[in-house]
Amino acid sequence: MSGMALRSPAPAAFEAAAGRTADGALAGLRWAAARDLRLALRSRAELGVQLLFYVIVVALFPLSMTPERNLLATMGPGVLWVAALLASLLSLPRLFATDHADGTLEQIALSPYPLEALVAGKVLAHWLTTGLPVALLAPLLALQYYLDAGSVAVLVAGLLLGTPILSLLGAVGAALTLGLRGGGGSLLALLILPLYVPVLIFGAGAVDAARAGLGATANLSLLGAGLALALVGTPFAAAAAVRIALD
Amino acid sequence: MALNWYRFSSPATFYPLAGRLVPLFGWGAAVLAAVGLWLGFVVAPTDFQQGEVYRIIFIHVPSAWMSMFLYVVMAFWGALLLGFNTRLSGMMAQAIAPTGALMTFIALWSGALWGRPTWGTYWAWDARMTSELILLFLYFGIIALRQAIGDPRRADRACAVLALVGVVNIPIIYFSVKWWNTLHQGASVKLTGSSMETTMLAGMLVMSFAFWFYAIAVVLARVRTIVLERERGAAWVAELPEARSA
Amino acid sequence: MLEVHDLAGRRGHADLFAGVDFRVPAGGAVVVTGPNGTGKTTLLRMLAGLSAPAAGEIRLKGHKVAPFAPELRAAVAYAGHLPALKDELTAEENLSSLVRLAGGTAGPDAMRSALDRVALGRRRSLPARVLSAGQRRRIGLARLALLERPVWILDEPVTALDAAGIGLLATLVHDHLDRGGAAVLATHQALGLEPSRVQSLVLGG
Repeated sequence: MSGMALRSPAPAAFEAAAGRTADGALAGLRWAAARDLRLALRSRAELGVQLLFYVIVVALFPLSMTPERNLLATMGPGVLWVAALLASLLSLPRLFATDHADGTLEQIALSPYPLEALVAGKVLAHWLTTGLPVALLAPLLALQYYLDAGSVAVLVAGLLLGTPILSLLGAVGAALTLGLRGGGGSLLALLILPLYVPVLIFGAGAVDAARAGLGATANLSLLGAGLALALVGTPFAAAAAVRIALD
Repeated sequence: MALNWYRFSSPATFYPLAGRLVPLFGWGAAVLAAVGLWLGFVVAPTDFQQGEVYRIIFIHVPSAWMSMFLYVVMAFWGALLLGFNTRLSGMMAQAIAPTGALMTFIALWSGALWGRPTWGTYWAWDARMTSELILLFLYFGIIALRQAIGDPRRADRACAVLALVGVVNIPIIYFSVKWWNTLHQGASVKLTGSSMETTMLAGMLVMSFAFWFYAIAVVLARVRTIVLERERGAAWVAELPEARSA
Repeated sequence: MLEVHDLAGRRGHADLFAGVDFRVPAGGAVVVTGPNGTGKTTLLRMLAGLSAPAAGEIRLKGHKVAPFAPELRAAVAYAGHLPALKDELTAEENLSSLVRLAGGTAGPDAMRSALDRVALGRRRSLPARVLSAGQRRRIGLARLALLERPVWILDEPVTALDAAGIGLLATLVHDHLDRGGAAVLATHQALGLEPSRVQSLVLGG
């Protein structure tokens, strides 16, 4: 056996460790976000595939009809938003599933940090790797739909406000369907897509309103309010769902 | 008078109580439906705009009300389960979901049948119908989630979380669809509105109570079977007369 | 340190065990044995606070604790069947990540000496993907040593470990008990722990 002794803490150290419980919600959030981002960067190819899915879905719609300029400009916001919904949905099953499969999720749930904060950190990483790229890519894809600069600005603003809601709500669904037969895709879609409806309506509606000269402020404000509500509520629901899935 | 509610949260006490309540509410529903249909089809006058067609509201409106009400009740039982860990609450929520989905389906179906003669189409992207369709998806989601989770305890709690997330979302969904509908000038048709005949309103209310009583009777009957299924190992189940005669 | 009263466990419709009582004092260990499917893992998951008992209660330092209670999460180090490692990360990154997750404050030097101790010092920069099952287990041992948790809950800790690894595990558990820690282990294999400090619990017997 190795003679190198591990520094053994004195018995009193146990008490110190027990006293240092989870005051650090922020530390937990940072841990989860940093770890998931690091893991995502180690498998960049998967991120690329998700974005390509978004690009391809958006490019398919004009092929299914006469690519007439006005028609495409009318449909564009909706198509871009539906594709964003699908791209978010596609990446959601893995949000908790890999951690569940390798045992990390148990350690996450047993961490002294609040589980809500750890879940929020994972959602933040999910949004940074799926929602944000989708929003940043949208102006490029909007060219295919002949959207004018003003509409594109509103579209991107809407996506920046709306895609975090998709990640937050999606986390609840992903946690609820953890480890279930067929839980990966279709069940998650059934649970989550109906809840995505308001985001789709306000997001695509913002661009429509801007194009109609009505101003997008109301729609964007509602998206912002929805984001605030989702930020407050969904981490608790997702954390509860994770605990239920582990039980 | 202090009622011990916890006593009834035990499946063993609740099972016989529910057994006595089922026929009560069942017959209540039948009588109310008879009165309601008589009011709706005999007493209530013909609508001067829509003719006889409007009479489907005596089915359509109560089922639509019940569809939303039952979702809220289901979420309420879910909250009780998560808050107090009362087993029976989960069984109640489980028993409500299929009836809620049925009510939603009836509302959509009768709405389509009503829409055809009045709007000239079975389906319109009317705010209420669209919300009702999304509500149906929410019910299907709850039922599918329960089916996918084998373990009833986990299923109860997972469905409770989903129902609570859903119940917060329903008003938002309704509002968003209405907003979208007004922006896009949907073909929303209103009944003659506030000038509705008192007999029409009375018929609708009586029918709503009939649907409500029906839902209670069916849910209680379903809870009884769920209790038996889940507690089949328990001693009190083995001592039931229906279990001994079998 | 940890007490269990009249504990019952069930999985789905199957009753696994009932009326389980025991007490793990500071400096003592309980070794849980029993045939497959008798609920060893279920029991250990309850002790760790991952799942709720069907009946009975668990007390930590005299206080009843519910699943996921903060006191329990601060006191328990749980090592389940799954090693909680990420293939993409190196041994050192995995260890550091797990220790940070548990609120540990060990610095890079402590991490390295812990990896040295489990004989992974020279492999610390390799991704976990290329490590053997036994080497992956050893990362878990290094984690335990760094966590400073009074209660260890170890589910089949000897799986995939070689003789040296098992000896290392026994040393770690002894050190832990010497410091006034407590441990519950589920295992089929004798670990060579001092009999005077170990109680045995047989499930399904």
